Amino acid sequence: MRDDLKVVGQPLPKPDAAAKVIGAAVYADDIVIPRMLHCRLLRSPHPHARILSVDASAARRIPGVKGVLTGQDLPIRFGILPVSQDERALESEKVRYVGDPVAAVAAVDVEPAAAALAAIKVEYEVLDPVLSIEDALRDPRDERIHASRSLPANVHRLQSYEFGDLVAGWARAAHTREDVFFFQGNTHLPMEQHSAVAQWVDGRLTVWSSTQVVHYVHRALAKVLELPMSQIRVIGAAHGGGFGGKTDPFAHEIVVAKLAMVTGRPVKCTLTREEVFYAHRGRHPVLMWVKTGVDEKGRITAMHFRSALDGGAYGSYGAASVFYTGTLQTVTYDIPAYKFEGCRVFTNKPPCGPKRGHGTPQPRFALELHLEKLAEQVGMEPVEFKRRNFVKPFTRAVNWLRVTSCGLEECSEKVLAASGYMTRGRRPGHGQGFAISAYMSGAGTAIYWNDMPHSEVQLKVDRTGVTAFCGAMDIGQGSDAVIAQIVAEELGISAFDVRLVTADTDSTPIDLGSYSSRVTFMAGNAALEAARKMRALLDQAVEGRPDVPFLEACELAETRWGALSTAGSYTPPRIGGPFKGSGVGPSPAYSYSAAVVDVDADPRTGIVRVNKVWIAHDIGRAINPLLVIGQVEGSVYMALGEALMEEQTFRKQLGLHKWPSMLEYKSPTFLDTPEIETFLVETVDPEGPYGAKEAGQGPLLPVIPALNLAVHDALGVWIDETPVTPEKVLKALKDGRVGPKAFPVVPWPDPILVEPPARDDLRVGAELEAAFAGSDA
Amino acid sequence: MLRLPRLRFLEPDSARSAARMAADGGPTTMLVAGGTDIYPNLKRRQFGTDTLVGLTQLRELHEVRGDASSGFEIGACVTLSAASRHPELDAGYAEAAGLVSSPPLRNAGTIGGNLCVDTRCNYYNQTQEWRQAAGYCLKKDGDICLVAPSSPRCWAVTSSDTAPMAIALGATVVLAGTDAERELPVSALYRDDGIDYLAKQPWEVVTALRLPPVDGVRTAYVKLRRRGSIDFPIASCAVAMRLDGDLVESARVVLGAVASHPVEAQAADELLTGARLNDEVVVAAAEAAAKPARPLDNADLDYFWRKKMVRVVVEEALRKAAAR
Repeated sequence: MRDDLKVVGQPLPKPDAAAKVIGAAVYADDIVIPRMLHCRLLRSPHPHARILSVDASAARRIPGVKGVLTGQDLPIRFGILPVSQDERALESEKVRYVGDPVAAVAAVDVEPAAAALAAIKVEYEVLDPVLSIEDALRDPRDERIHASRSLPANVHRLQSYEFGDLVAGWARAAHTREDVFFFQGNTHLPMEQHSAVAQWVDGRLTVWSSTQVVHYVHRALAKVLELPMSQIRVIGAAHGGGFGGKTDPFAHEIVVAKLAMVTGRPVKCTLTREEVFYAHRGRHPVLMWVKTGVDEKGRITAMHFRSALDGGAYGSYGAASVFYTGTLQTVTYDIPAYKFEGCRVFTNKPPCGPKRGHGTPQPRFALELHLEKLAEQVGMEPVEFKRRNFVKPFTRAVNWLRVTSCGLEECSEKVLAASGYMTRGRRPGHGQGFAISAYMSGAGTAIYWNDMPHSEVQLKVDRTGVTAFCGAMDIGQGSDAVIAQIVAEELGISAFDVRLVTADTDSTPIDLGSYSSRVTFMAGNAALEAARKMRALLDQAVEGRPDVPFLEACELAETRWGALSTAGSYTPPRIGGPFKGSGVGPSPAYSYSAAVVDVDADPRTGIVRVNKVWIAHDIGRAINPLLVIGQVEGSVYMALGEALMEEQTFRKQLGLHKWPSMLEYKSPTFLDTPEIETFLVETVDPEGPYGAKEAGQGPLLPVIPALNLAVHDALGVWIDETPVTPEKVLKALKDGRVGPKAFPVVPWPDPILVEPPARDDLRVGAELEAAFAGSDA
Repeated sequence: MLRLPRLRFLEPDSARSAARMAADGGPTTMLVAGGTDIYPNLKRRQFGTDTLVGLTQLRELHEVRGDASSGFEIGACVTLSAASRHPELDAGYAEAAGLVSSPPLRNAGTIGGNLCVDTRCNYYNQTQEWRQAAGYCLKKDGDICLVAPSSPRCWAVTSSDTAPMAIALGATVVLAGTDAERELPVSALYRDDGIDYLAKQPWEVVTALRLPPVDGVRTAYVKLRRRGSIDFPIASCAVAMRLDGDLVESARVVLGAVASHPVEAQAADELLTGARLNDEVVVAAAEAAAKPARPLDNADLDYFWRKKMVRVVVEEALRKAAAR
């Protein structure tokens, strides 16, 4: 492939780096508009209660209070997924978790706003809370969390699929094994708290927000406020981190908009850190059961995977999260027959949603531990056993997911060699763990059904140079740099000469947002197309003369045609198979990672010290290797937090988050972060821009199981859940294992039976559609 | 962001006048130096305070006087950073000061403030809204202890890193009252009560810490916490010993974060004194020291585990002190 690249592949600083370092970047909470009001939300102190009455009359009389909203003012339901329109900005009928918003005030300062909150009288009828997966599967003692649902008890979603011939797979198995695992819930903990500012001028609404997806906020505002999208402008402010926690539309974004409309003044709401814990949408706690069969040669013959997700109070992305706990197993290991059953329940806790790795770190954790146990059971070296079952590049999995470029072998080779894993010495308490993973470079289907592009980029050229317009939101991951470097590469200029206008629904075309690891692949491809079109126009303007300076070429072009614009877009091809639910899991390309974690575990204290992490990531091609390594290191850091300390836990019966603060919700500091050695593997994907794939999420995945495996290597115990706390290590030393004992009884539906594709069938798009039509599937 | 309540902030020109202002203000007045403990607590409405009497403008409270042979007097407003970096202060004391929280907080927090730091509890160090949802507790606004509901008292935990070391060293504090100063052993500064944890009048100003001469004393402070920085102790041990070869001439072992006050492990002191310091003695002393520790389910990590760890922390402190 191309080796003449000048800008792509360079470790350039981010375009927004200086602004962030010197404090010039304007985050949503930095925005101050004359006459601006401050908004605060009144939240439920009960995990589950009916709202009998809300009396805000005293609040309205407090001096300085300019607007008060209750549930009656915002009755229309919304939610990120079309199938889960189950949230209200302010609840008027019942509250479903401690922190559910019921009223809002806007005042001239924070203090009268707080006083007004205290003056609002809400009468509740307290209901028995549902606080665990097991509890949610039983008939409720008082009432269901969401009443009007067809599924039993507090079940939100049930999925069941069979891909390929399970009966034959089990029959071929020489050995089988079953295990149960639990992955604890945890939260994103971005540095920046959520914040939104709204302004209503002459029938037009402008909202600045710390969102990851301006487009979805745009849609939710239009729906709840009953305004045409053309009258709403959503702007992504400078961003202080999301990790998936800012991909839903949130109550505070809708409330500030409504308050701005009601009061005629700008309104700002910045959540407190405690409120961020309640807004949540973080990692689902998941119980998992897995059974795998292998033949005499150690090849997997069949797998059955069950997951039960504790969803919290609302749907959020949950319908997709369930699928994600089951789909990607088949793109790391070659599984010829696969059954997946997934269940998500509602509980009276803050809603769970997507956090870095969305629904896949939990099954990845379970699968890597399970296969290691299976290898030990059949007497095979675990790494050799896993490698024997790796998927091959350019194959199609049993559940129709299409694997193209795949650097699993190369990644494994890198970390095994660098860590010396295969020849590691033995000293008491020391151990290493090895694990692998795959992740999507963007979901192949949009969140709401449509055939439009997933990302669009426009370029403008005039005598002042080039500006790129794109809806993508730079949340710190470096998407602005990716767009600038791609445009610069094609136009033959410096990346710093590309001006960027991003994440503004008035001035930029749609991008579906910074989630699902989709921006480099999708916005990158859109930018590439727009830049190539612009390059062709500029070539035409200089009439084939070589070495014309860029600005001179721009002048020539403008002289000839006026200001120029070109557009590029990207729509992923249809990849998924011919069955309902095939939309979750397909991606135009998968990234691959492998990691080795090295620990010392003290058998007296149970304290685990991570000495070093080696990680290799198949990035396809690094558009900016500095930023890719940053993403990889950030993933390792976040993974170690989840593996060792982070847990979103609640007081029994109160349903109250135990410690919604950055002091007591433990997340690693610099001093707890080991040396991380990163290897980038470039497989040059045929469909990614210049061959690039994702980096933001995949590298988190192998680190968590590798940590548990390292502890197993060090002490010989199994900790089949997260996080690995010192007390669990000591308990495991006593009992041999810590983890869930059984998977609960779930009313699974009959499985959808899916005929698997031919292993070498790589058709996508229209060809694939035609094949389905022909086979009458 | 949580906001501070509306406060009157007074800046007296002497410690005595600070004491007078605090005495005049009554229970809604508090003394403040670095504020690293008080301000976040005020934001969470853990005190019903309307007046703060600032101390950091008092220059004399920023001085370190004396030397190793005659002992040091450290002004109460000397920052924890400065104390931890002081080349001549006792190694164990400097170590304890350097293990408080994180570098930015040590730059603001003072040694006097750390001696007076509020007791902590996971039911108490929460916002007003959280405490309302949980039901208020004895220490603030409520009438039961949420950690031990049948208990008539508050079990909030002492979280000072420097207090155990100061006690082990036999240090004293100088207190300025409205009309006079008095000196009090640090060991007498604390009470076994989560609410009323300081045995001084609320208006009395800690103006200095007096460390006795440290010739021949070997000290160490070991702090257990989840992370390498930021966290309060969940078990800690300060040791000050005099050794003649491996013969222990005297020893003081003091535990932190295992009760509402720093716990002096006299059984361990007695066991150590006159003994030859070997593994067996270290283990026995640690066991004796750990016995009275009663951690409860109101701090980080499992309290059974914390109880087990007390012994580990004491052993480590003894070995570390002996090696100095």
